Amino acid sequence: MSPTFNPRARNFTDDYVLVEKFCLKKYEFSHGDVVVFCSPSNHKEKHIKRIIALPGDWIGTTHNSHDDVLKVPKGHCWVEGDNSASSMDSRSFGPIPLGLVKGRVTHVVWPPQRIGLVERVFPQERVSSFK
Amino acid sequence: MRLLSYMGQWKSAAKEVLDRTAIVAKFLCLLHVTNNYLCSPTLVYGPSMLPTLNLTGDVVLAEHVSHRIGKVGTGDVVLVRSPVDPRRILTKRVVGMEGDTVSFYVDPMYSQTTVVPKGHVWIQGDNTYASSDSRHFGSVPYGLIQGKVFFRESNELRITRF
Repeated sequence: MSPTFNPRARNFTDDYVLVEKFCLKKYEFSHGDVVVFCSPSNHKEKHIKRIIALPGDWIGTTHNSHDDVLKVPKGHCWVEGDNSASSMDSRSFGPIPLGLVKGRVTHVVWPPQRIGLVERVFPQERVSSFK
Repeated sequence: MRLLSYMGQWKSAAKEVLDRTAIVAKFLCLLHVTNNYLCSPTLVYGPSMLPTLNLTGDVVLAEHVSHRIGKVGTGDVVLVRSPVDPRRILTKRVVGMEGDTVSFYVDPMYSQTTVVPKGHVWIQGDNTYASSDSRHFGSVPYGLIQGKVFFRESNELRITRF
């Protein structure tokens, strides 16, 4: 998730963030939310990525070096890391069920010079939502 | 003079109110921790687990410890968050763990075989004719399991253990 979190690798301190769980009452997320979720291949690991596409959206991906368009199934979402060069995300394990999401990241709280809101960034050219 | 005695009464009344509120708050915290992390009663209903569970509703006790330490296995009845609607919780039986080969009937003529991927489980309702489960939406990630059912209170005066 560089440079949103841990902008420089091998820094002295990792970023600490605030995760809010009120969103788990209704499971309503927006495009560009950064969320914490359990990994679909190992329930003990938690990952932190950005939601790019919500249920019912069409997302453009590159699969085996040819372009592909996938529809995100009902109840699932497509997550990607901001650092697309080195990120294990939906491009490898596919869309994840929204039930795996454990919270939404709202603020960076440590280190002090990086305290602030986590912005919602949304790559509009790859997602289209026809409802 | 009277003002001082009033103040004394208010102080003791306020102290009693705070003590009582603290007791209620501690009880609610204990209830929240127990319900979410230890054991909770749940009402389950629907036809997909007949004859194990009732159509019109059964109160079951589910424990929330086993799935965190990885002790959920084949044959357990579990509460699972639906992969199709994250606001619904399903009650199904685990029929296959990761790495198992599962065969199921798509329709009466054809059967299909799949291998359950790593970190996933295959869940099915006991009543295969009226159950929407892994045969329709595929293996579910282990992280969606919310708890394991271990006790059922029934209307008659017998309690069934799983």
